[in-house]
Amino acid sequence: MNVTLRIWRQHDRHAAGRMVSYGVESISPDMSFLEMLDVLNEQLTAAGDDPVAFDNDCREGICGMCSLVINGIAHGPEELTASCQLYMRHFTDGDTIDIEPWRSPSFPILRDLIVDRSAFDRIIQAGGYISAPTGAAPDAAAMLVPKKDADRAFDAATCIGCGACVAACPNGSAMLFTGAKATHLGALPQGQLERNSRALAMVNQHDAEGFGGCTEIGECTAVCPVGIPLDMISRLNGDVLSALRDNTT
Amino acid sequence: MVELFTVGETIRDTKAPGGPIQEQWEARRFGAKLINPANRRKLSVIIVGTGLAGASAAATLGEAGYQVKSFCYQDSPRRAHSIAAQGGINAAKDYRNDGDSIRRLFYDTVKGGDYRSRESNVYRLAEVSSAIIDQCVAQGVPFARDYGGLLDTRSFGGVQVSRTFYARGQTGQQLLLGAYQALERQVAAGTVEVHTRHEMLDLIVIDGKARGIVVRDMVTGALETHVADAVVLASGGYSNVYHLSTNAVGCNTTATWRAHRKGALFANPCFTQIHPTCIPVSGEHQSKLTLMSESLRNDGRIWVPKEAGDGRDPREIPDGDRDYYLERQYPAFGNLVPRDVASRAAKNQCDAGRGVGPGGRGVYLDFADATARLGRAAIEEKYGNLFDMYHKITDEDPYQVPMRIYPAVHYTMGGLWVDYDLESSIPGLFVVGEANFSDHGANRLGASALMQGLADGYFILPNTINDYFVKNPSTEAIDASHPEAVKAVDAVRARINTFLTINGARSVDSFHKELGAIVWEYCGMERNAEGLQHALGLIGALRDEFWTNVKVTGANEELNQTLERAGRVADFFELAELMCIDAFHRLESCGSHFRTESQTDDGEALRVDDDFAYVAAWEFTGDNSPPKLRKESLEYHNVKLTQRSYK
Repeated sequence: MNVTLRIWRQHDRHAAGRMVSYGVESISPDMSFLEMLDVLNEQLTAAGDDPVAFDNDCREGICGMCSLVINGIAHGPEELTASCQLYMRHFTDGDTIDIEPWRSPSFPILRDLIVDRSAFDRIIQAGGYISAPTGAAPDAAAMLVPKKDADRAFDAATCIGCGACVAACPNGSAMLFTGAKATHLGALPQGQLERNSRALAMVNQHDAEGFGGCTEIGECTAVCPVGIPLDMISRLNGDVLSALRDNTT
Repeated sequence: MVELFTVGETIRDTKAPGGPIQEQWEARRFGAKLINPANRRKLSVIIVGTGLAGASAAATLGEAGYQVKSFCYQDSPRRAHSIAAQGGINAAKDYRNDGDSIRRLFYDTVKGGDYRSRESNVYRLAEVSSAIIDQCVAQGVPFARDYGGLLDTRSFGGVQVSRTFYARGQTGQQLLLGAYQALERQVAAGTVEVHTRHEMLDLIVIDGKARGIVVRDMVTGALETHVADAVVLASGGYSNVYHLSTNAVGCNTTATWRAHRKGALFANPCFTQIHPTCIPVSGEHQSKLTLMSESLRNDGRIWVPKEAGDGRDPREIPDGDRDYYLERQYPAFGNLVPRDVASRAAKNQCDAGRGVGPGGRGVYLDFADATARLGRAAIEEKYGNLFDMYHKITDEDPYQVPMRIYPAVHYTMGGLWVDYDLESSIPGLFVVGEANFSDHGANRLGASALMQGLADGYFILPNTINDYFVKNPSTEAIDASHPEAVKAVDAVRARINTFLTINGARSVDSFHKELGAIVWEYCGMERNAEGLQHALGLIGALRDEFWTNVKVTGANEELNQTLERAGRVADFFELAELMCIDAFHRLESCGSHFRTESQTDDGEALRVDDDFAYVAAWEFTGDNSPPKLRKESLEYHNVKLTQRSYK
């Protein structure tokens, strides 16, 4: 199949960007979307042009590095699918496909389709952990964890930290990311002591990074490649309220 | 013919304390000098890589009070490839009362490694395994639980006890997030500085000791010098020398190879593990391979059509026309034979023309019988996520038609040589996790990689590196202006300029693909002298072409992914040659290393303990000079060497 790509090209953080069109021919439907971009880049290299820079690493949907807005949708048209797991069979011969980076003032563009997501690391630094220095742990079987709590924690912990939630949100909010971490750690007995302070610290950092507020629109969960549900934000809000209340009494 | 290698002095001291094996780690810990907490903050450590080993080491050394600088090429430490490990992590907890113990985990690991690992290290690994689970639970790693709230375990990788802890099919992800969060906690505490999108391009050695690294800022292209009192490499394995592997596409050998060129011995490079249950290659465009957990072999039956070229829909092929070759050849273990055996058997079937799917490189993994026996719901419950992943990639529904699988490179047991303290042959350079060679011998057991990475990072390195600091006080303050640092930066800059000025006709990726195909063909699942020599000729010629005809676009002073890849592929060329030499010299079959010249009458691997019970540690002697073999002989006082048999 043959496709036309319209791709955001921007040399660096400070340069102006623009959409540029490229034709790619003889694409196999069994190629992944990123492999199709590899073909484009081989083409560009042969012509002496700069290849399109895009983030990717594991190419199996778990590392969270890939980050493309495809035809206006973060990670493209398939549900529960990261860009790297999208296959060309979901497109049609002759299609024109728009490819853009994550759009958010909190994720500055570094080049072409690559953005800086270090704000997520700083949200984790603010409190996204359980304080458990190496060596002091009690026996793992000493604490029982109800299966439903362990499963809930796991579901939240599957967040791959890709940032699609931010790219999709009309408010540019990172509440789904933050809510997933608060739910993961707050669902477990080990995480109770720091539960409220953790939530408040992460939300404060979230705001300081310039992410917008959440108005429960739900675009985030719709594009999330691992299906983090919206109620994890409610859980986060509950913990933040408890923290604020505890501080005032 | 030019000689391929020379033989140097035997390695005599591994620093393993003597005495009964169960007392050695205690003895070493007691013997190691300690550092007053107030003095630790004056000491600095560089850690390259943020996977399980690197992140856990950085967090733990940060907690101890050292000044830690951590580096990764990804945009966040959380993305290191440990994240993709599926199956689980072993620990000798014996929560199941099924006869597990430290000794049994030790024994299984040494035997699984086909008696090519160091006893003292493996015993220690088994010893600290339990504490890893405790640590991870305390951090909030959501391991699978049973309805009583206790930790669930499963049996994995062909062992007879249920010692594998897991978090659905995403154990690596959950363990890495635990270590990553501990690391970020130390960043907030001010003990660890993380440098993301920075790639190590050289090691700085001063007065014979590792004192720093040269890194490239992958966003600006700036070359930076970082100095410290010790350097730790946790940069993972080198499976991507084959181009196609289950590793993330960015995984590379540059950090370890550059250290090798500066004097660190590289041990057993030919020990590379091929995993039997991966999704087959679908065409020329393939950029990586996807692994599916080998737990699938617990219920799936592997077969090929008896008749070569049988093009019927697999569902139309009656049982009588199918060859369930593993069940036929290995009636005792059937589809659950170890990874190396299952992989080679699949290759043999495909070589004989009975392979299925594109290019005939695949065999069926069929769940029809299991579905009939257990019901579709049970299969969905156990393997749902794997079936979905397969469906997504191949567009075939494995509930309806048998899966197609083929082996793929997955893990490298070889790596930089380390002693009992995890210190390389360069003083002050420590190597942890997959980057070192230490614990898996010639073959790694399932669920042991995560165990080793975290054992090294949380518990072993933090107990040995202090001894180095006490015994090797830094006498002079060093900064980027030191002549050795300047020399290293100049060399890195010259190499980058060379890449950018060749301006040839072929892309970096085309070279990588061709190199990978050569290594896979001649130094993959089966090796022999003739093929390896042929491969060395091909690699040498391709390497020469690379250095005269590669095309790297753009400049250094910008984000340039082509330039990044060029450096990695250049190092893969050199490593590939050493792998072939190592495979050539080891004229025996052991674990993952199968030499066609060394097999039993019925085609199984034949180990030659009298000649090869040693670690082959290679010394770099110069660009146009053959590597020097340094042997560390392996002595077994606590296990009896036996020939593996799965008949």
